[in-house]
Amino acid sequence: MTAHAHAAHLETSTGLDNRKVAIWTFIGSECMFFATLISNYLVNKGKSLVGPFPHEAWTSPTGQHFEPIFEIPLVTLGTALLLFSSLFVVLALSGAQRGNRKALIGWLAATIACGIFFAGMQVYEFTHFVHRGLGFTTNLFGSSFYTLTGFHGTHVAIGVLWLSTLWIDALRGKLPPARSLNLEMAALYWHFVDVVWIIIFPVVYLIK
Amino acid sequence: MDSHVTTGTQEHTHPTASLYFKVGLVLFVLTALEVGLYEITYGDHAGSMASTLKPLFVPLLLLLSAAKFALVAMFYMHLKQDSKLFTGVFVFPLIIAAFIIVALIILQAYHFAFARSG
Repeated sequence: MTAHAHAAHLETSTGLDNRKVAIWTFIGSECMFFATLISNYLVNKGKSLVGPFPHEAWTSPTGQHFEPIFEIPLVTLGTALLLFSSLFVVLALSGAQRGNRKALIGWLAATIACGIFFAGMQVYEFTHFVHRGLGFTTNLFGSSFYTLTGFHGTHVAIGVLWLSTLWIDALRGKLPPARSLNLEMAALYWHFVDVVWIIIFPVVYLIK
Repeated sequence: MDSHVTTGTQEHTHPTASLYFKVGLVLFVLTALEVGLYEITYGDHAGSMASTLKPLFVPLLLLLSAAKFALVAMFYMHLKQDSKLFTGVFVFPLIIAAFIIVALIILQAYHFAFARSG
């Protein structure tokens, strides 16, 4: 079966597949959701009364010393892998649309692996920060940072689960070209998660 | 290696795998530039150029992020080839989102300036 097999006219008012319109509408609403979280981070930026701080060392009145909290090299690696995962998922989609099952399964597995690494990186980062004294209620930075990156991490985890179900479908031969829209929707969601990180990475980690 | 796919009544040609790889390479280079810019401005490798770069740091970083965002949206999310309706459904909330961020920053800045002045 070729990708042309599902070229039949769709009887919708837009002539477009409703599911694809739905996922784009959802992504549009998510833009505003993340805008509020990014705004929350930015308006509270630099207003914490106590440390630890993201880029500066801090000594508490009791004499306890806190180093700057961010680990830029680790996050850069996570960012690069998330970008690569976007490449891998379009290659998987291309494979699905051409009926190339080997490419579909391989690239989708690579995408999932990158997603798992990124989620693992965030779990490690959060644990590391807590051990270094930054809890959710420690200061304004901690609250806004964990809220923003935590929601993004949750989106990554949901994306990994979604892509994993499709990977199992692909393994069982249940993702033929005619059903490639199922993967296209997940891929659009995954790219959105990536573009949100493209904003979060410089705004949170690089801009002082 | 073109893959023709259809979306409803409209038929589109998605980019080739080689174009996907080229976009991926550009995204990687732009990310390296972001981190490089941070390193030579504020990081361990900050040198004599740091003072010159500091005023340009935020605008440059936002420009690089915007370029990455646009590349992913246009080529990986296929907005360049797909129906313009999808572009509208995505870009309109994006404009509102940008407005929300700018408005809240201005509001907070005004609030703090007002609070300080008495």
